[in-house]
Amino acid sequence: MKSKKLLAGPYLFWSVSFIIIPLLMIFYYGLTDQDGAFTFANLAKITTPENLKALGLALLLSLISTLICLVMAYPLAMILASMNVNQTSFIVLIFILPMWMNFLLRTLAWQTLLEKNGVINSILSFFHLPQLAIINTPYAIILGMVYNFLPFMVLPIYNVLVKIDKDVINAARDLGANNRQTFFKIILPLTVPGIISGITMVFVPALTTFVISDLLGGSKILLIGNVIEQEFKQGSNWHVGSGLSLVLMIFIILSMALIAKYDKDGEGTAF
Amino acid sequence: MANKLIDIVNVSKSYGDNLVLDELNLYIRENEFLTLLGPSGCGKTTLLRILGGFESCDSGHIIFDGKNINNVPPNKRQLNTVFQKYALFSHMSIAENIAFGLKIKGKSKAYINDKIRYALKLVNLDGYENRTPDSLSGGQQQRIAIARAIVNEPKVLLLDEPLGALDLKLRQDMQYELIRLKNELGITFIYVTHDQEEALTMSDTIVVMNQGYIQQIGTPEDIYNEPENAFVADFIGESNILPAVMVEDKLVKILGVNFPCVDVGFGKNKPVDAVIRPEDIDLVKPEEGLLEGVVTHLIFKGVHYEMEVSANNFDWLVHSTDMVPVGTTVGIKVDPFDIQIMKKPESEDEEAVPVEE
Repeated sequence: MKSKKLLAGPYLFWSVSFIIIPLLMIFYYGLTDQDGAFTFANLAKITTPENLKALGLALLLSLISTLICLVMAYPLAMILASMNVNQTSFIVLIFILPMWMNFLLRTLAWQTLLEKNGVINSILSFFHLPQLAIINTPYAIILGMVYNFLPFMVLPIYNVLVKIDKDVINAARDLGANNRQTFFKIILPLTVPGIISGITMVFVPALTTFVISDLLGGSKILLIGNVIEQEFKQGSNWHVGSGLSLVLMIFIILSMALIAKYDKDGEGTAF
Repeated sequence: MANKLIDIVNVSKSYGDNLVLDELNLYIRENEFLTLLGPSGCGKTTLLRILGGFESCDSGHIIFDGKNINNVPPNKRQLNTVFQKYALFSHMSIAENIAFGLKIKGKSKAYINDKIRYALKLVNLDGYENRTPDSLSGGQQQRIAIARAIVNEPKVLLLDEPLGALDLKLRQDMQYELIRLKNELGITFIYVTHDQEEALTMSDTIVVMNQGYIQQIGTPEDIYNEPENAFVADFIGESNILPAVMVEDKLVKILGVNFPCVDVGFGKNKPVDAVIRPEDIDLVKPEEGLLEGVVTHLIFKGVHYEMEVSANNFDWLVHSTDMVPVGTTVGIKVDPFDIQIMKKPESEDEEAVPVEE
């Protein structure tokens, strides 16, 4: 027994030094001022108009991106699940392939594509078509979020879909349900756990991102992630940065709790 | 007996190069308990799935109540299926599972509640309304699956090896329960199984299938006592299948010895197969038997002893409640009506094949 516990040692060391201690430091910095005195002032910084706007925009954009991901991913996951294994592994590979490339590189590539004199606009002007002007707008940020996080929505939904016994669907048809009723009464409720984990895996990173908004939003559009980044790097004010991080953390925990609660009400046995 | 309810005409089905059903013809009467019996891969489940509407046949017709239902989707067919692995809806309570079909049909709440209570009583699970499927044992889940199907008052209930996953005792209880249900409800049961004992216990009619062909259709007594070919004889119960020559009407030569029998119409000096059930062989004193042999094996089976007797270069399987020790010389005697004569197999699929269970 003791030797088995020892095996957890490396991870324990890792999590203490790189997860727990940094987290405690965030709490410390977030709840103290420059002189080390206890204060809620850093948390209250969220109420300044600029910061509120950044938080609101981040919530809005990540919500929209999550919705778009869900709408795109669900049908795709259904198509994947209905295909035979050989075809599926090829198509899943196509989806995962971009994930093997660096996240920054992919986002930079979008910047190059969308730029005013970028690849897409060069092609459009070659054909004398109107120019695409979405770089440095919220649309470009949403595009970047959807592009980067879509696979995280597809895979969990696909995983629960393939686990549904074909005869359960046959049974619904057998009992008189048409395709639409079978989908809404059987397939959709049975895939709720996949949808929940998909939403979590898209919404949380989208809400906290600053790279996508930096690269595709220019410096004009600030999300809460960018504000925190600036506090740490440019303002060198770790106290305010930590305070805002704590607020963001509260928002994430709140939204997760909300989803979990909604799921419990709708689907008592989903987990 | 009652009218034809389902008529299966020339139905064929293949998966790729694998022919599963070949020009199959069969009809099912109202209120019949019909069992499709055969080894795995004989096409019985495929036939059931075609009836349920989950598979389509390559050619042929399914006539239900006088109408062709080849292109009718499963939700429009007046039959319900009980699936092998129950296929209950795990995200719903037991009551919701049973109510599913009725809700879709738009029945009133009071009607549905009545039906749920009635169905749960019928399968002896009253009070289980608010349980979830996961909290039930296999046998209980199976009964819920049956309840879910019968509340829709189908004309036909299709059952795909519904007792396959249950243990022996529960399986036997469920067999009686199914017979009771069938009698109480008065609906047609089409039952798929590879278990010959199950088929003999419950059926009005047994259809023995092998490699996509029907081998024999008959009552359980017919199938057991008068198997038409070596496959049926071997698949249903245990048997001694012996090469023989029909000397003349009512006389067959088995292993060089003439046995009186009751079969006629096979012609003179025709090669045939003779089937003798192990329990129909009487072991007597050597001088009283038609054949003389030595007991080589003896196993106690509970109800009877199973013995092997070596006589005329053939190992005879014998069941008897009297024990005869290994090494004893005995005489073998068979009553004329216990010998079943069959034509030699004409095709490969009629041959006795080892049964995998």
